[in-house]
Amino acid sequence: MSIFSYNGAAIVAMAGKECVAIGSDLRFGVQMQTITCDTPKVFKIHDKLYLGLSGLLTDAQTLHQKLMFRHNLYKLREERDMKPSTFGHMLSNALYERRFGPYFAAPVVAGLEPDGTPFLCGMDTIGAIETAKDFMITGTSPESLYGMCESMWRPDMEPDELFETVAQCLMSGFDRDALAGWGAVIHVITKDKVISRTLKTRMD
Amino acid sequence: MDFFVGIKGKDFAMVCSDTSATQSIISIKQDEDKIVPIDDHKVFCIAGEAGDRVNFSEYIIANVKLYALRNGTELNTKSVANYTRGELATALRSSPYHCNLMLAGYDKETGPALYWLDYLATLNKVNTGGTGYGSYFTLSLFDKMWHPELTVDEAVAMMEAGIAEVKKRLVVAPPHYIIKVVDKDGVRVVKTV
Repeated sequence: MSIFSYNGAAIVAMAGKECVAIGSDLRFGVQMQTITCDTPKVFKIHDKLYLGLSGLLTDAQTLHQKLMFRHNLYKLREERDMKPSTFGHMLSNALYERRFGPYFAAPVVAGLEPDGTPFLCGMDTIGAIETAKDFMITGTSPESLYGMCESMWRPDMEPDELFETVAQCLMSGFDRDALAGWGAVIHVITKDKVISRTLKTRMD
Repeated sequence: MDFFVGIKGKDFAMVCSDTSATQSIISIKQDEDKIVPIDDHKVFCIAGEAGDRVNFSEYIIANVKLYALRNGTELNTKSVANYTRGELATALRSSPYHCNLMLAGYDKETGPALYWLDYLATLNKVNTGGTGYGSYFTLSLFDKMWHPELTVDEAVAMMEAGIAEVKKRLVVAPPHYIIKVVDKDGVRVVKTV
């Protein structure tokens, strides 16, 4: 039993034309038992920045709370929201601080930079950061998710098409995963608004 | 094996626990009340390691009371749930408390709430929840029977159906159970089975 597959998760983030979308499944379970079907793993940091956290849910919750705290302090001092690229590097640093007793969570950061360009990055559990122009995924079935995203992503997708692509990749990806699924939530972040949609999927 | 389940209804939260106190193969008493009140409108159900259970619940209850004394106002259910998660999470990487728990509470402003916490400090707000082997049999039953406008009588019927299932199918099913409800009038015992 790996500690990363104790709870189960599937998270996909993709970049489009001046927009990003990030989605996760909704299952919360303890190994084989499903406890709830309304636990999203994507958290809002600010209007143009969302964070997805897979892995052990307790560490995902703790990390999210610590990062909200740091972002709130940043906002008070700087009087502005943190840029997604800055947030990504801050998160990487926060994870490496715990190099020899890590948080068992793998994050995906999705946001829009102040000039409107999409920003996507992902990290492993000790903060090795990698940015991407197309998509970033994390979860308990990475092979399925990578396969779907690689075949379905195209550059410069509009928000509606981006939503459809993320939805299909996520759903097909986690359908073959016993530990993820049971519904999905997807946020599409554009210049002026965020559209969040909850999907009803195969409930198994 | 300890058994706890909780159901959130329209304007109440109901919890049921077994009432046996055991030490390996010996049953010490059959009328142990394991649903501990935190204050007038909140209860804890804690299952797990013997010493950790009592120690941790008393620690949380004492701190909740201290807050009320210092600040002249009681904490609401969400705050107690998040405070408990914080204490479990802080202790997790030094000397973890090995207990799973449910918190049921009623607030005047927001109504009933039911929270599920496991020993790793994973917090979830739920409509129905449970811990232990018994929950394997009852949770799917509750999924089928639960709806948002649940009344106390319907919830008691759900609990009894769940208990019957546990007694029928679990090898080491506890013999006696207690059902308590938390609503605007406080905490009261609804039934003992």
